[in-house]
Amino acid sequence: MTALLEVKDLKVRVEEREILHGLSLTVNPGEVHAIMGPNGSGKSTLSHVIAGKPGYEVTGGEILFRGEDLLEMSPDERAAKGVFLAFQYPVEIPGVATMNFLHVALNAQRKARGESQLTTPEFLKKAYAAAASLNIPRDMLKRGVNVGFSGGEKKRNEILQMALFEPAVCILDEMDSGLDIDALRVAADGVNALRSQGRAMVVITHYQRLLNYIVPDFVHVMSKGRVVKSGGKELALELEASGYAQFEDAA
Amino acid sequence: MNVALVKNETGSALSDSFAIARDRLPGAGKVAAAREAAFAAYAQAGLPHRRIEDWKYTDLRALMREVLPLAPAPDTAEFSRAASAAKLHAIEGVRRLVLVDGVFAPKLSELGGLEKGLGIRTLREALETGDAALQALLFTPDNANPMVALNSAMMTDGVVIDVADGVVLSQPLHIVHIASGTVPAAMFTRSLLRLGKDAGATLVESYIAAEGAKAYQVHDSLIISIGNNSRLDHVRLNEDGRDAFNISSGVVSLGAHAHFNTFGMMSGAGVSRYQATIAFAGEGSRVETNGVNLLNGKQHADTTLFMDHAVPHCDSREIFRAVVDDRAHSVFQGRIIVRPHAQKTDAKMMTRALLLSDEAEADNKPELEIFADDVTCGHGATTGALDESLLFYLRARGLSEKEAQALLIQAFVGEAIESIVNDGLRELAIAAAQRWLEARG
Repeated sequence: MTALLEVKDLKVRVEEREILHGLSLTVNPGEVHAIMGPNGSGKSTLSHVIAGKPGYEVTGGEILFRGEDLLEMSPDERAAKGVFLAFQYPVEIPGVATMNFLHVALNAQRKARGESQLTTPEFLKKAYAAAASLNIPRDMLKRGVNVGFSGGEKKRNEILQMALFEPAVCILDEMDSGLDIDALRVAADGVNALRSQGRAMVVITHYQRLLNYIVPDFVHVMSKGRVVKSGGKELALELEASGYAQFEDAA
Repeated sequence: MNVALVKNETGSALSDSFAIARDRLPGAGKVAAAREAAFAAYAQAGLPHRRIEDWKYTDLRALMREVLPLAPAPDTAEFSRAASAAKLHAIEGVRRLVLVDGVFAPKLSELGGLEKGLGIRTLREALETGDAALQALLFTPDNANPMVALNSAMMTDGVVIDVADGVVLSQPLHIVHIASGTVPAAMFTRSLLRLGKDAGATLVESYIAAEGAKAYQVHDSLIISIGNNSRLDHVRLNEDGRDAFNISSGVVSLGAHAHFNTFGMMSGAGVSRYQATIAFAGEGSRVETNGVNLLNGKQHADTTLFMDHAVPHCDSREIFRAVVDDRAHSVFQGRIIVRPHAQKTDAKMMTRALLLSDEAEADNKPELEIFADDVTCGHGATTGALDESLLFYLRARGLSEKEAQALLIQAFVGEAIESIVNDGLRELAIAAAQRWLEARG
């Protein structure tokens, strides 16, 4: 079986500083992986490099998506192939109505895959259904993308996009940051509803708390640009008790 | 004295063409005398250059070099190419008034079944047979501006529109300027819109090129007077050929409790300047003047506005957006004067430029002169590039680089376009912006 996402010995620099020093990770369809680690361990860098954010220089290793070289693809090609990054801090785009943005983005991905374009009525039906399941009021969809949204609304908007675009791999970057416990539960329910046999998720988080709601199959601990320990979901609980200090010393 | 020499050369070449053209210019007696005076004013100044403050960023001596001879009257082939261009840019539901190479084209225009209270005649007719008051009104623009003076001297044709008191036109009017000549030449047009009291009208102006039109010059002006309690919605779309010049002037006056909503988009022409003076002559009136420049290649577009708050209790809003790519150059000069008795004036101006390339240039020059002490006035100007984090977000959602830029550019110009009150006109402006974005690829 070809892995969905395979990160092999990845080395990444930002300007002159190496952030990832040979990171490896294999994600198969249906699996949920959690990546935990202290601030500055390179978790967000990993998510950005997978999504194709400019400003990162890959100096070694590779990332394969279904066996294809992901690093050769532009960010939009990656999205069309089925790679989705839920941003830690979703940007506000004044003047671009959320509904219009979602429609344009979905059709851009479909076009890249050689699929038919969704007409406005077709799209609206799909979008309203997805929004309803996430408790997103229609009124929010008329506003500018993320403009004036609360932290919870922004995260729900990310999950709404996940639901609409139906990606193969979802990278959730610090989805819990800035959310209170109720907002976190709503967001996690949205994510759980999207778990499926064919779809994999990589949940990046600093705290174990999120993993009570999105229960992972595998947990990896990152420190100083490497995965220093991997295990099952019990590893997250172990970390909660003992903290990251032991791994920082080890790395 | 290098400057004097250049001035004389420019002046003399044109004075020959003025002499040659004179017998083709309509009007005798007082009209001819007014032309002579206007030409003398122009000849003395010559083409404006960068050392004249008002033309600092748009040096016509460098950009335009010379005023071309008057375009010959269009022939059958030119009319037929113009007809195709008119069809391509046709807007549904409007009354079309077409000028081809500076000459009114009755066959391409719709003059039949005028609404009650609407009068339309050509500038030629007005200059030849109009009453003295109308002819004097046609010469009101100030000869102190050399390009206005030149236009007064050379104006050949145009449309003169009268809307009677109490009449609100149900059908928008569309003045279409089409250049069709294959030999570079200049056209000089002037139009007038007089809106009576308690009246309303919608006016669209388009500037387009027929297939094969070459390096032409448009010299146009529009005089508007809006009566008490009247409202005019106005959109101006410049989609001239990329090697064309367009120097246009607007002179607008508003009575009391009048409303003028105007929007201009400059996406065509190699070099363009739109200079307008808007004067409040009655209290309680409001003006929204907004515009968008969409430029690339080596285009140069200048919008210069003068908002004259001469009376109390009037509001004005100016919102400008410039999107500048490649080596293009956008200029916005906005001057607001609040005269000593114009208390309770509320005037605001905001201009923003988006630079899409390192070589693109945008100059914003706001000027406020306030002589009254109980007013609300403000202005702001910003220049910047597209936000990289927004671009990445959109690309991570599947939009190509151009698609992501297009969406952000649409949002950027959106605020200026959204302020168009009339739904139909707003759609027109959105479509024109869309055409520019699509042409960008």
